[in-house]
Amino acid sequence: MYSLMSSSPSISSSSSSFLGQTHFDSRNPNARLPTKDSWICKCVATPPTETTAHTTKVSRNANMAKLQAGYLFPEIARRRSAHMLKYPDGQVISLGIGDTTEPIPEVITFGMAKKAHALSTLEGYSGYGAEQGEKQLRAAIASTYYGDLSLEESDIFVSDGAKSDISRLQVMFGSNVTMAVQDPSYPAYVDSSVILGQTGQFQKDVEKYRKIEYMKCNPENGFFPDLSTVSRTDIIFFCSPNNPTGNAATREQLTRLVQFAKDNGSILVYDSAYAMYISDDSPRSIFEIPGAKEVAIEVSSFSKYAGFTGVRLGWTVVPKELLYSDGFPVAKDFNRIVCTTFNGASNISQAGGLACLSPEGLEAMHKVVGFYQENTNIIMETFTSLGFSVYGGKNAPYVWVHFPGQSSWDVFSEILEKTHVVTTPGSGFGPAGDGFIRVSAFGHRGNVLEACKRFKQLYK
Amino acid sequence: MAGVCTRVTRNLNMEKLRNGYLFPEIAMRELEHMKKYPTAKVISLGIGDTTEPIPDVVTSSMANHARRLSTVEGYRGYGAEQGNKALRKAIAETLYGDLPIKDTEIFVSDGSQCDISRLQLLLGSNVTIAVQDPTFPAYIDSSVIIGQTGDFQDETGKYQNIEYMPCRPQNNFFPDLTTTATTDVIFICSPNNPTGHAASRKQLEQLVEFARANGSIIIFDSAYAAYVTDDSPRSIFEIPGAREVAIEISSFSKFAGFTGVRLGWTVVPDELLFSNGFPVIKDFNRIVCTCFNGASSVAQAGGLACLSSDGLMAVQSVVDYYKENAKILGDTFTSLGLDVYGGINAPYAWVHFPGMKSWDVFTELLEKTHIITVPGCGFGPGGEEHIRVSAFGHRECILEASRRLKSLLS
Repeated sequence: MYSLMSSSPSISSSSSSFLGQTHFDSRNPNARLPTKDSWICKCVATPPTETTAHTTKVSRNANMAKLQAGYLFPEIARRRSAHMLKYPDGQVISLGIGDTTEPIPEVITFGMAKKAHALSTLEGYSGYGAEQGEKQLRAAIASTYYGDLSLEESDIFVSDGAKSDISRLQVMFGSNVTMAVQDPSYPAYVDSSVILGQTGQFQKDVEKYRKIEYMKCNPENGFFPDLSTVSRTDIIFFCSPNNPTGNAATREQLTRLVQFAKDNGSILVYDSAYAMYISDDSPRSIFEIPGAKEVAIEVSSFSKYAGFTGVRLGWTVVPKELLYSDGFPVAKDFNRIVCTTFNGASNISQAGGLACLSPEGLEAMHKVVGFYQENTNIIMETFTSLGFSVYGGKNAPYVWVHFPGQSSWDVFSEILEKTHVVTTPGSGFGPAGDGFIRVSAFGHRGNVLEACKRFKQLYK
Repeated sequence: MAGVCTRVTRNLNMEKLRNGYLFPEIAMRELEHMKKYPTAKVISLGIGDTTEPIPDVVTSSMANHARRLSTVEGYRGYGAEQGNKALRKAIAETLYGDLPIKDTEIFVSDGSQCDISRLQLLLGSNVTIAVQDPTFPAYIDSSVIIGQTGDFQDETGKYQNIEYMPCRPQNNFFPDLTTTATTDVIFICSPNNPTGHAASRKQLEQLVEFARANGSIIIFDSAYAAYVTDDSPRSIFEIPGAREVAIEISSFSKFAGFTGVRLGWTVVPDELLFSNGFPVIKDFNRIVCTCFNGASSVAQAGGLACLSSDGLMAVQSVVDYYKENAKILGDTFTSLGLDVYGGINAPYAWVHFPGMKSWDVFTELLEKTHIITVPGCGFGPGGEEHIRVSAFGHRECILEASRRLKSLLS
């Protein structure tokens, strides 16, 4: 029996008062009356075991019950808060949750402020926008990121971010599809799959949900799944550059992935949220691979490019050529989802997005990305110099550090306890993440340098 | 043949949906009409889209927040998925007054349309729902998408497995609960979109009693609460016992002109429990943390400004402006001898055209007066013979619309 979260509300004398939790159930003669002169009904029957609180007769969604604990990042936040309470002078540095820290370039916030002010004018006021996003912004995204890939404005759906898009895609796919994820992977793919009812129960011994195909990505296979051992699933989630490993798949690998999807008739959901962090010639979009339009959806975000983690703006590309088994275009259903379960990204955020894609905005975003890339280099160098095997970092703002044979939650706790630096334990991203720690490179330069100093002290 | 198909089966629930969602349909018809009559001055009283500028006190706050994001001290990244604490507190204190709603029971969102779907995701496919008939379409469409319903039946205009609760002039636009089957969830919107009816305290007490007796959860949509003129309840939580049976959703859209800015909230009381005693709020929190990443911090800054004393006064005067529009439109139709409902506690007039099909009335009004309305059947079979006229518009458009209607219909 779950306890109620709050204590009973005080009974006020206003007309809105109610007896709430102390409601007297006239059908239960053994219940207590909530009066000052309270009396206890003495009876000879068996004492009441049920609480007087009302429960509805609505069954809890069994899929929600399958979820193990809370979503990963609120858990990290809880641990961080608890640590800060324990060590109020600890000067905690957070390289855990991948949260951007640097101010948004002025050209971008100016665009948002301008839009906000315009909403107070007759000429500038706008109400509901198109659910798929403002035409100008869709066109700018198409031309900036997909210009020579023959994708158009109408293929772009602007959103309030990749996390929401992932769930909307899952709602669209429904419960009768199977999915594959990288192991380790960004937790939202798995968690949304559980919620939608695509999976079986969680198996504690292997730390996997039944019915999900986990595609191991580790140093041995260069962080790219061995596709010859992967079973067919309807949907394949793939993130590159990868969160958490930082690995960016090569053109050759993605070509094989697209072929794999084609051969299996699968749909690839490709998360390219970190594409701007690529420093070599790894593909930035799945649509650089010939044939991808017939197998892939791409999800992306302004969060890590423009510091829009709080502003909320992203997009999903659904090519016209992507068809269900009966020939029905996936884009049509996604459009319906977007029109019914969503009402468009905030018009102010979209104005910011448009400013991001101006020449000045693009240049400014590159600078901020460059700043975080430099942070990444510093962190990589630190762990490398300490003798660790270090992965990622080159093409992503995450460094994936190997602690062979150790439980990642233990390493997380030790690092937190001894250096007051928050990281993220690899097992939070899947069983193949155990033995690794993800260190995120978002932070003020001073904090990153200080964190590295502390790592050097701990591990020298 | 377009190309290669995948071997992924289309979601059968998507297949069940009829046509497009109602409002994009209306928008399409509007575009077609404008192409046909490029010089006509089309007046849109269709989609309930706000038209008046947002008060300065609110937009300045949003602009300031945006500018501060460019500073080291003012920059903020991810916010709490449940919403900014100050905003949650402000909603609890300012809008729920002496009702014991805690800030921790308030989940700030990017609007009711999204919240409805997140609630459906929470509830899952194995629950049954009841809706008013007519009703805001999102409750039904989201139910179909999640898999709670059967097929659409053309003859009745209804989806199998949904309990439709007729709301007509004859039953004072409130369901006759004595003839309503038990369902897990009951969607009620009051003041109502599209009929404009605000349920009385007595009606809501009956509803809460009904829900308690049947073990149901009420999802109460109070998006138009700010439009209540009389003493009809503005929140389901004004009703004793509601905390154990109801969730309330609401929005800044029609309250503050935030239709494009995107901000709303959902209240899930701590006492609301599933049949096994598990608190609904825990699962909703998990949904919000997993399927969402918080409303835009800029929109939330605007919301906070709306709830300041200056902000409240300012947004209320815009609400009053629309209410005056509603009165003008209501009076116009009444003067033409038509039965008009709503309009007093909501920004919608619900006009009866006996014996006529609502799409025909819609088309005739559009063709002859260049006014967009919404055909009542778009809200369910119970909406047939009615037209919804929305009161959002510049005053001169409302007055011009009145003139045109008078000349057509008198």
